[in-house]
Amino acid sequence: MYTIKSYVFPQSLEEAYELLTKSPRNNLILGGCCWLKMGSRRIQTAIDLTRLGLDEIRAADGWVEIGANVSLRRLETDPILKRRFGGILGKSVSSIVGVQFRNCATVGGSVFSRFGFSDVTCALLALEATVVLHHAGELPLADFMALPIRCDDILVKVRIPDDGRTAAYESMRRSSTDFPLLAAAVSRRGDAWTVSVGARPAMACRSQAAERALEAGQGAAAAGDAAAAELTFGSNLRGSAAYRQELARVLVRRAAETCMEGGNGQ
Amino acid sequence: MKWVNEAIPKTDGLSLVTGQGVYTDDLAPKDCLIVKVLRSPHAFARIKSIRTERAARVAGIACVLTWEDVPRIRYTLAGQSYPEPSPYDRYILDQVVRYVGDPVAIVAGRDEAAVNKALGMIQVKYEVLDPVLDFEQALDNPTVIHGEADYHNNFPIGGDPKRNLVASGCEGEGDVEAALAQCDVVLDRTYYTQANAQAMMETFHTYTYLDQTGRLNVVSSTQVPFHCRRIISHALGLPQSAVRVLKPRIGGGFGAKQTLVSELFPALVTQRTGRPAKIVFTRKEAFQGSNSHHQMRVRVRVGAMQDGTIKAVDMHALSNAGAYGEHASTTVGLVGHKSIPLYAKNAAFRFSYDVVYTNTMAAGAYRGYGATQGCFAMESIINELAVELAMDPAQLRLHNIPQEGDNMPAYYNEPLSSSRLPQCIRRGMKMIGWDKKYPAVRVDERHVRGVGMAITMQGSGISAIDTATVTIKLNDAGHYTLMIGATDMGTGCDTILAQIAAEVLGCPMERITVAAVDTDHSPFDTGSYASSTTYVTGKAVVMACTELVEKITAEGARRLGIHPERAEFDGDMVYDRTDPEKSFSLNSLAEALVVGEGTQWLTATASNCSPTSPPPLMAGFAEVEVDLETGEAKVTDYVGVVDCGTVVNKNLARVQTEGGIAQGIGMALYEDVQYDSRGQMVNSSFMQYKIPCRTDLPQLRVAFEESYEPNGPFGAKSIGEVVINTPSPAIAQAIYNAAGVRVRSLPITAEKILLGRSETT
Amino acid sequence: MKIKITVNGELFNKHVPNDMMLLDFLRKYGFHSVKRGCDTSNCGLCTVWVEGKPVLSCSYPAVRADGKSVTTLEGLRPQAEEFGRFLVAQGAEQCGYCSPGFIMTVLAMEQELEDPTEEEILRYLSGNLCRCSGYTGQMRAIRAWLQHRKEQKGGEQA
Repeated sequence: MYTIKSYVFPQSLEEAYELLTKSPRNNLILGGCCWLKMGSRRIQTAIDLTRLGLDEIRAADGWVEIGANVSLRRLETDPILKRRFGGILGKSVSSIVGVQFRNCATVGGSVFSRFGFSDVTCALLALEATVVLHHAGELPLADFMALPIRCDDILVKVRIPDDGRTAAYESMRRSSTDFPLLAAAVSRRGDAWTVSVGARPAMACRSQAAERALEAGQGAAAAGDAAAAELTFGSNLRGSAAYRQELARVLVRRAAETCMEGGNGQ
Repeated sequence: MKWVNEAIPKTDGLSLVTGQGVYTDDLAPKDCLIVKVLRSPHAFARIKSIRTERAARVAGIACVLTWEDVPRIRYTLAGQSYPEPSPYDRYILDQVVRYVGDPVAIVAGRDEAAVNKALGMIQVKYEVLDPVLDFEQALDNPTVIHGEADYHNNFPIGGDPKRNLVASGCEGEGDVEAALAQCDVVLDRTYYTQANAQAMMETFHTYTYLDQTGRLNVVSSTQVPFHCRRIISHALGLPQSAVRVLKPRIGGGFGAKQTLVSELFPALVTQRTGRPAKIVFTRKEAFQGSNSHHQMRVRVRVGAMQDGTIKAVDMHALSNAGAYGEHASTTVGLVGHKSIPLYAKNAAFRFSYDVVYTNTMAAGAYRGYGATQGCFAMESIINELAVELAMDPAQLRLHNIPQEGDNMPAYYNEPLSSSRLPQCIRRGMKMIGWDKKYPAVRVDERHVRGVGMAITMQGSGISAIDTATVTIKLNDAGHYTLMIGATDMGTGCDTILAQIAAEVLGCPMERITVAAVDTDHSPFDTGSYASSTTYVTGKAVVMACTELVEKITAEGARRLGIHPERAEFDGDMVYDRTDPEKSFSLNSLAEALVVGEGTQWLTATASNCSPTSPPPLMAGFAEVEVDLETGEAKVTDYVGVVDCGTVVNKNLARVQTEGGIAQGIGMALYEDVQYDSRGQMVNSSFMQYKIPCRTDLPQLRVAFEESYEPNGPFGAKSIGEVVINTPSPAIAQAIYNAAGVRVRSLPITAEKILLGRSETT
Repeated sequence: MKIKITVNGELFNKHVPNDMMLLDFLRKYGFHSVKRGCDTSNCGLCTVWVEGKPVLSCSYPAVRADGKSVTTLEGLRPQAEEFGRFLVAQGAEQCGYCSPGFIMTVLAMEQELEDPTEEEILRYLSGNLCRCSGYTGQMRAIRAWLQHRKEQKGGEQA
């Protein structure tokens, strides 16, 4: 049972930031709110950013920018994203619960919370995305994920280099709208490869061994083996570490194969 | 026939699809107290102390009740006919808590916020005890879950609480060991089925109030209003006459609401405070504070001759009752009773069972009621036997199953009075494309599609126990009121029973109103469970309506001044058979019957109890595609062919079948109630406990092979439960055929398939 | 907080608790079609439209809906009845508890997707759970209804 004492729609990010930093422990930036009610937080001030226009997707100056309040559903329907990166941002989220859930859940909420099972984070990692924080500024998503989770800054947007890369996304789920049991995203720009594996069940992370294997031309199967060997896997309700390791082998290979053929959506 | 065997829309359909407020929570008074339950965080503990003063002082709190405040009356929550074959092992609140989720205190207050605040202020000190969580370790465990002195059984069910044994038994015919010794092939296999949640969309909802005479009125989403009335009055120490139970529309039950999960909490609050009270279970409570399917281990030994003739079946079931024994002794019976008879025509058989207590949530009734678990074990071993004998599994079944008219020694020696099971099997084979697809077809490098099958039977009501009474009234405009005690929980029985009545009365459906169940007004019915409504209550409808037709005819004859033998009633007119011009319309008769001299309000009441429980039968065929690299299994086609006797309502029977198959697929592949090492359920939400959604399932294909059941209404048997049984064994076999992995424990996850494959290669 | 929400065209000017979700707001003011089936945003029973888009009202803060237009099944009676008749003709409404949320999503789908394939229909509706029907009868109803709508539109154009 959560409670909210005061609910504010700030007029600017600066105002939101001031409110938040007054008491980062008690105040909270609201995202899509899909899981708010499951918590038992006593929120002093809930800060709602939905009136700040952070729900836009833009392509300019060699970057694609996705506002923090863009819904997961928008990732599937937006023409800019449909045409880029093999459409994997849309594909990655398309199995999450249902349309009405994805109309609520936001990119910012998903990325900021650093959930291990986050499909979109796994996909963004493979696209070498950066995050823009209101106070700390821009930093690579991978770096952001390595930081301890602190609630004293605001995720404003996610940026992806608009460099014409192809990409592919694979996930395995126990049932079709469940969290992923394991996810893999691979992107390719010329001879440069990026491989990320999510829901291990820990946070998504890159597999440099798999990337090296691909860059060395050893092929998709070698990349799958490399990811399975390099990364650590854990067990939870959905599957064991041993099974996840096998899945990483298969899904990384499949995503790499798809990339070799031109990526998802080709 | 005009109404029976048609696709009649459900009479409440339009109000449901336009979102009318017809369910319990929609109807509850706005000012009623909100009731919530504090639940045990421990799997097994004794309450040392419980302090409620602070909670009671929270503004708006009306009462806080603990084990010290409730009647010391043991009872069972199982909605079964009295005397119930379930142990009286509960108090409303007990000093000993026996699973994580067991009620510790009841709090009622003016709104949710106040109640939540008060719940947080109750201070409980527990003496934490060693729980028994593994049902295979429960029997004779040093931990005794029910040590209470006032534990009570209405009659012996083979239990011994000191051993954690709820019930046990053994039955059979012939010398099983001798028969096995003579067989060419003997298989000995053990299968596991998990606890599953019924997961109806409406959780447990009840509200209560005192009426103008001070009687306790209970409005509840229940399958068993009359059992509710009896159990509530017993548990609260009230005379039955002081309790009234009403059932509005129900958002699904599937057996979960055959147990009184939510009723007693608000009932006790209303009794104590005199104020209306309401409880609405959260989904989490519905998962971890209610009841589930019984987890079981079933060992089967089957012996056969080289030609496929089965000569011996030996089955033992170990069933996990959880913390309380509701439905424990009865559910386990169906494991053997509904599976062995299909193969015991020429066989010696033995069925034995033990049901044990553990410190997990109590199990209860779930569609299939033990037959599902038995079907998985029995049908799986038959599929394994077919491989062993190198026989087609369909042929193996056709060779062994009883034929219509055969006696079934393993089914209480009841005759198989109607069966088109062989036709079900043959039709299903054709529909799925068995000849082309069995055992498997390779799709591409990594995908293989396998097919598998299973057959099953259920019952139609509990023979010689389930009773239904129906009253039909002729009203003054020539329309009828059909009074029933059976509970439509979305299945459409109100419509089905009206169809049957319209058929007998020869009138349009619109002329019949079916009254919702109200124990003050409705005639007695054991309730909607055990696949009884169409068969047992439906027959009572036929009997009552037939009697009313006779009364209308006689009354018409009297007014026509002719001998009743000469009169005939065609639904609209009573007329003289020898002179059809001489007639009396039903409308004018009905009007005349309630005015002036000779007034005679016509009603008819009939009660029915069936001495037998004719089995509906079904053959299920699964096609499953397995990804050999990930182990992912997806059901790509499912065919169910059902013999439920005469299909009373074609649409509703079809949807029952499709819905049952979907639940069965959920059991086979996805669903699995799990606990952590401390006994905390870890998947008590739809986020973690995945029931199938529409992208998990193929478009299900259903057909009917209608036999005619001589004891049923218009030849009907039941359909509600038989439809859930076949998916697990059929899918398990399809996966074996596709991937070469035999998974004997449900659910069959991709992980089990893949890791099983790496073990076999 | 004081908020103004338009529900089915009617303005509600109300004080609401800051932690109230839209679902509770709607039920409080008598929109009983809106049901709760879970606590984890997984079942779709509470689906309503905010500004024409299907959302989970159990997860949508009532305050966030300030100034917005909300539609529940009560506000779509003719459409609900029209599609509902197809659903009832299949017997696929069954217990009916998931029907309002399901129908809200079906009606949203019809606006959002043009001539959807079976696969697209399934995916669009995957967030609406149903435990009774096995979904197949719902699909029969949707196909028949979409066909009917197509014929209606064809008729209008001709």
